[in-house]
Amino acid sequence: MVDRYLDPLSVVLPRDPRHPEIGRKLWLQTSPEFGMKRLMAAGGEAIYQITRAFRAGEAGKLHNPEFTIVEWYRRDDSMADGMQLLSDLAESLLELGPAERLSYAEAFELHAGVNPHRAGTAEFAELARSRGISISESLSLGDCDGWLNLLLSHLVEPNLGQTHPTILFDYPASQAALAQVHGEPPLAERFELYVRGIELANGYHELRDPWVLRERNRQANSARIAEGKPSLPEESRLLAAMEHGLPDSTGVALGFDRLVMLAAGAASLGEVMPFLIDRA
Amino acid sequence: MASYNTSDFKKGLKVQIDGDPYLMVECNFVKPGKGNALYKCKLRNLVRNTMLERTLKGGDSLEAADVTEIAAQFLYRQQDMFVFMDNANYEQYELTKEQCDEAWKYLKEGMVCSMVLFNNKPISVNPPNHVVLKIEYCEPSMRGNTATNLTKPVKLETGAEIICPAFVEIGDMIKVDTRSGEYLERAKG
Repeated sequence: MVDRYLDPLSVVLPRDPRHPEIGRKLWLQTSPEFGMKRLMAAGGEAIYQITRAFRAGEAGKLHNPEFTIVEWYRRDDSMADGMQLLSDLAESLLELGPAERLSYAEAFELHAGVNPHRAGTAEFAELARSRGISISESLSLGDCDGWLNLLLSHLVEPNLGQTHPTILFDYPASQAALAQVHGEPPLAERFELYVRGIELANGYHELRDPWVLRERNRQANSARIAEGKPSLPEESRLLAAMEHGLPDSTGVALGFDRLVMLAAGAASLGEVMPFLIDRA
Repeated sequence: MASYNTSDFKKGLKVQIDGDPYLMVECNFVKPGKGNALYKCKLRNLVRNTMLERTLKGGDSLEAADVTEIAAQFLYRQQDMFVFMDNANYEQYELTKEQCDEAWKYLKEGMVCSMVLFNNKPISVNPPNHVVLKIEYCEPSMRGNTATNLTKPVKLETGAEIICPAFVEIGDMIKVDTRSGEYLERAKG
């Protein structure tokens, strides 16, 4: 999977210890998604994994380049089934009750007063200005997604999951990542869990068409190149597994460290992770 | 001029925006919707003392501000101009009453303050946390009244007015907390 905004860390596996610079370039996983989907294609029915994941350049109160991820897939689950499973898990772990479901459009209408699927960049820019969001001149948000993400972080997210967990679903098709897209306007079968304004998990009713994934990879790579980032390999064993046949399933990835943080009533990862990158 | 990239952003950084120096008091990395990385920063204008919220994109940069702190001795006041001297190199600096903000109330000749310079020009001054000042004028206290819950306004030798317990008299030396502007205790002359 080539993601426009996820930067993997690369490592070189030396063939000869005397020449460590010559070797095979590999990537540290940004999530265990690839391997787990290959397991699903090989007949997995309900699988989970708790593992380390790595993302370059992500550091802050809620981010660390190395973190623990919990990821699961269940065969034949629709998006509604996946949201129910996630809500049940959040309810039993955090004891804040079941999660309310709020569509991406409902959340924007409620907290920002705008339809995210119909409005354009000019409207988003005017809304940001009128709500006092000050951005640097160099912040060229360009497309709708850039503006939607800005508005999401400033106006919508702080309101989500405040009394009980909230699951946001039906994302714009342009933010589908690895989710299936349906309908008109086209919506991605993607959902995210929020607790106290913090994003805790991200799920997809999984894309199964390898040709759609190839096209998304191509688009993500051209966006990366336009932003001066290195392009990433587009072909993978996942694509081969998808050609062989990926069963219908819904999968979710959850940030384990954030879960611990929320369960402990802490406000930053530094309170629950002893050595963040700045003290590594 | 040096600049800071978003990956260098942290609390305490001094940066320049639209010609003014700012102190970064908060910086949060966010990645809403798995999209572009944003840095939500809270900055304090070191000249006006106002807060600014600013969102930047990963990879953006802010110009570094040439901000230094020196120990400066207060020399004298000339109407609304307050004159200081850098104790290290005897360089003199002038600040207006407005630039001194609350500090002018506590400035006494010879007092060593901490002064903030931006591009070698003074932008603010901070007196020591506790200063001893003489009461220039107040209403006389009523005989035998030593209760501390009764208060009255007094005028200090600097011209500033503060609230004191009712028992203090003209000519008393009192210790004042410059951060809160509160009377602390009577000091020995």
